[in-house]
Amino acid sequence: MSKEEVKLHGFWRSPYSRRVELALKIKGVEYEYIEEDLINKSPELLKYNPIHKKVLVFIHNENVIIESQVILEYIDETWKQNPIMSQDPYERAMARFWANFVDQKCLPSLRKALWGPETEQEKATEEAKENLKILEKELQGNNTFGGERIGFVDIVANVIAYWVSVYEEAVEKKILTEEFPALCNWRNEYVNNSIIKETLPPREKSIAHARAKYGTSKASS
Amino acid sequence: MTKEVVLLDLWLSPFGMRVRVALAEKGVEYEYREEDLGNKSQLLLQMNPVHKKIPVLIHNGKPICESLVIVQYIDETWKDKAPLLPSDPYQRAEARFWADYIDKQIYSCGRMLWTTKGEEQDAAKKELKECFKLLEEHLGDRTYFGGDNLGFVDVALISFYSWFYAYETCGNFKMEEWCPKIVSWAKTCMQRESVSKSLVDPLKVCHDFVLPRRKTLGLD
Repeated sequence: MSKEEVKLHGFWRSPYSRRVELALKIKGVEYEYIEEDLINKSPELLKYNPIHKKVLVFIHNENVIIESQVILEYIDETWKQNPIMSQDPYERAMARFWANFVDQKCLPSLRKALWGPETEQEKATEEAKENLKILEKELQGNNTFGGERIGFVDIVANVIAYWVSVYEEAVEKKILTEEFPALCNWRNEYVNNSIIKETLPPREKSIAHARAKYGTSKASS
Repeated sequence: MTKEVVLLDLWLSPFGMRVRVALAEKGVEYEYREEDLGNKSQLLLQMNPVHKKIPVLIHNGKPICESLVIVQYIDETWKDKAPLLPSDPYQRAEARFWADYIDKQIYSCGRMLWTTKGEEQDAAKKELKECFKLLEEHLGDRTYFGGDNLGFVDVALISFYSWFYAYETCGNFKMEEWCPKIVSWAKTCMQRESVSKSLVDPLKVCHDFVLPRRKTLGLD
């Protein structure tokens, strides 16, 4: 039986490659991780992803897949143990809907609120909080978006669970506050989950980088 | 609500048209309800409180929103006929990737093209051309993106055919010159009743909506 080739070209800071790693760990799939340098992308990466040249590339034998949500569904359909998506069409539709909401609405509004132009920050913060309110309601007091266990939406929402608090500390601004008790609880459970913990980038290093990139002059020395 | 399947839609929405094509391919009977976006119905606001947008598919009282999510739902629910996504995980991933690409690129570039003029429009035109050329390359010599049969990517893209004439008129170009294979593919799709009955007349889109809107925006 020939060995399966499972490779992930990622970037340590990227929540997107961490999503894929989390899915692989949940399923117990062994893989080779290749750290990419965003400035000097490896020839292998450019060969596999010539059109979009994006860092996140997942390779399974001859199959090359990009875009984190597409990769997650591929992983779930290929390795069926510990499913991250339900088999029920309606629940799958809901998972895809909420994952899109996180990526297309929440994240851009959070980014704008945290380090967008100062003149727009107040409005951006309002919008970001509106989006978080919607997510808060969707959690409905569950520990995870997946219901009983970590699922597709939880994996995609990793940015909210971890990276947001990193950026909050770097720019000294709080968005995900106690006014969102369900999300705070979810976040706590998330970062303390034994499998997820392994997939998170080192906190101090992440904060230092974010501070250098987005921090304001009022950052404490 | 007596009908099992209801679609809240807008006649010229390329997103809504995708859902119509998918339902037609599967032979699903449904009630079509035209929304007035300037005066959204209570039902729409109730069924899509997050985005308040069409299309919304309501199946046995439960709403599903976002066209590509809806199309996948349709494919997975009525799975005995006309599969839109292949069964192989890698081919499914490919299809999802390209549908997502179409979603992110065609609509926004197209919109930029018909709602602007001058340099802004030229830039949109250039980007739109690149997108279509990339799609043409991906299509290759196949009849459909789905191979021998209409698939997920075909459904994602074909609804924009109703908008080709509007893009051409506003941008002063011909799709036939940009990407003849895409035009030929679209015509092949239009030979299917599921497509021809679901798509709206491109001339109507252009003359009844786009051109008057451009005038209102002070562009022409």
